[in-house]
Amino acid sequence: MTAITDLTVAEIRDGFRAGDFSAREVASAFNSAVEKAKALNAFIVATPERALAAADQADRDRSDDHLRPLSGVPIGIKDLFATKGVQTTAASGILKGFKPAYESTVSDRLFAAGAGMLGKLNMDQFAMGSSNETSAFGNVISPWRRNDGGNVALTPGGSSGGSAAAVSARIVPAATGTDTGGSIRQPAAFTGIAGIKPTYGRCSRWGIVAFASSLDQAGPMARTVTDCAILLEVMSGFDPKDSTSLELPVPRWEAGLSSDLKGKRVGIPKEYRIDGVPAEIDKVWDEGIAWLRDAGAEIVEVSLPHTRHALPTYYIIAPAEASSNLARYDGVRYGLRGKSDGSLTEMYEATRAEGFGDEVKRRIMMGTYVLSAGFYDAYFNRAQKVRALIARDFRQVWDECDLLLAPTAPSAAFGLGEKSDDPIAMYLNDVFAVPASLAGLPAMSVPGGLDATGLPLGLQIIGKPLDEQGVLNAALAIEQRSGFHARPEAWW
Amino acid sequence: MSVDTATVRHIAKLARIAVTDQDVEALVPELNGILGWIEQLQQVDVEGIEPMTAVIPNELRMRHDVVTDGGQRDAILSNAPVADHGFFAVPKVIE
Repeated sequence: MTAITDLTVAEIRDGFRAGDFSAREVASAFNSAVEKAKALNAFIVATPERALAAADQADRDRSDDHLRPLSGVPIGIKDLFATKGVQTTAASGILKGFKPAYESTVSDRLFAAGAGMLGKLNMDQFAMGSSNETSAFGNVISPWRRNDGGNVALTPGGSSGGSAAAVSARIVPAATGTDTGGSIRQPAAFTGIAGIKPTYGRCSRWGIVAFASSLDQAGPMARTVTDCAILLEVMSGFDPKDSTSLELPVPRWEAGLSSDLKGKRVGIPKEYRIDGVPAEIDKVWDEGIAWLRDAGAEIVEVSLPHTRHALPTYYIIAPAEASSNLARYDGVRYGLRGKSDGSLTEMYEATRAEGFGDEVKRRIMMGTYVLSAGFYDAYFNRAQKVRALIARDFRQVWDECDLLLAPTAPSAAFGLGEKSDDPIAMYLNDVFAVPASLAGLPAMSVPGGLDATGLPLGLQIIGKPLDEQGVLNAALAIEQRSGFHARPEAWW
Repeated sequence: MSVDTATVRHIAKLARIAVTDQDVEALVPELNGILGWIEQLQQVDVEGIEPMTAVIPNELRMRHDVVTDGGQRDAILSNAPVADHGFFAVPKVIE
């Protein structure tokens, strides 16, 4: 019999309903897996008691015939989501010990649907990073290793690195992630799992520690496309507490899954073929094209002329928004208060110097600069204009195609420490992910294959606003054809 | 455009982050590296383009002007580094 921890969300849900196992058995199996996998450092806080309590409730609900959509399914929650009574830090020292008095809308929806919580997952500090090396709680180690016999510790990607590592190591069946400029898709690609960032506004941002509010979106990370559809359905929906929440019904994405792409045109954006990308990335992209064609799609070459400006645009807008959002950490209402015998201002300065990590400080300073008097027009306002051009490129391309296919990231996972001294080299990780973020579009990463060293490579599907179904369906078509069943061998 | 040590100190002051001389020395080349890289946006033709204000077309809603929550002083103060007599406490600001 398959080990419980090898089951997908759909298999756990359906097996629990069919009476193949109890929710308590499931929760216990994952609790032990979490306990055994400490070497990955994927969790900041484990909450086995919460997982068991939800499981016991699910077992009672099953006897009472009150099954809910996620009854029996335990999940991991990225530490960016406020969880009532459970430490929420955004992996920053400035929030150590913070126990919210409220629950984020997304986690609330998941728990109300019957899901249990295995714990809070490590991440890049304030979601600022692409390698999970900016966490105040230490690096997350990818469960994957190169097949060269070496034991080089690899990054799981970031910022949702704990989520990605935990899902691929099968210590959680699924996890929440958030994506500001690729933070769901890039770690999903690095660890051989699936992850979707929905249209901006689908998932409420209420109770998610804010990074860049015009970009931040929550989404699920899981091993299969179907699991992502199941979770996204629960996570999405209108929330009056988020002014940018979309007041639209949530489609039944799971029921709508179909890998038949007849009549769909898939665009291949030529600007995403860039110099310096390993040939294996192009190869898996070409395979993806062949798979989608096989699924019935028509393939068309398209152009998104402003693509190369997306990354610098993002690195003006995101830090600008972050500098405003992170102004709230002042040592007064929650979190750390820095040591200072001086004035109120000195207390603020000491708190922020002590509490924020280097990358967070760097981005706050960049954001402060581009918003400051005399520079606002040259930087921030210009970036918002370029952003409008990037969004216009996408609007125009939808006249020629229904979906876009591209690589998720320009490389496979790299070694921890390899890029941490060079901010721009690190930022380039998100070169393929950022354009869809700037335009608020749904985008998903799905495993495409392995590189020569045995590490996963991801394919990205980008869709029209609100067409999560189209994105999921194309990802499903790839999943069915890629034959991707690789998993990291347990060394932890 | 580029920054010097005086500008970095000024930005740090605006951002309310205490910096040491060493921090400033490290930040000048780091920020200049990033600024040099984003400089390429100056070449984009943005003539007549309105800056983006909404990612997805969406109407800002009005809500009813009613109290929906409150009366949770202790819950709100529970995470304060220093609280006193039902208030957040800060260093003395008035002599």
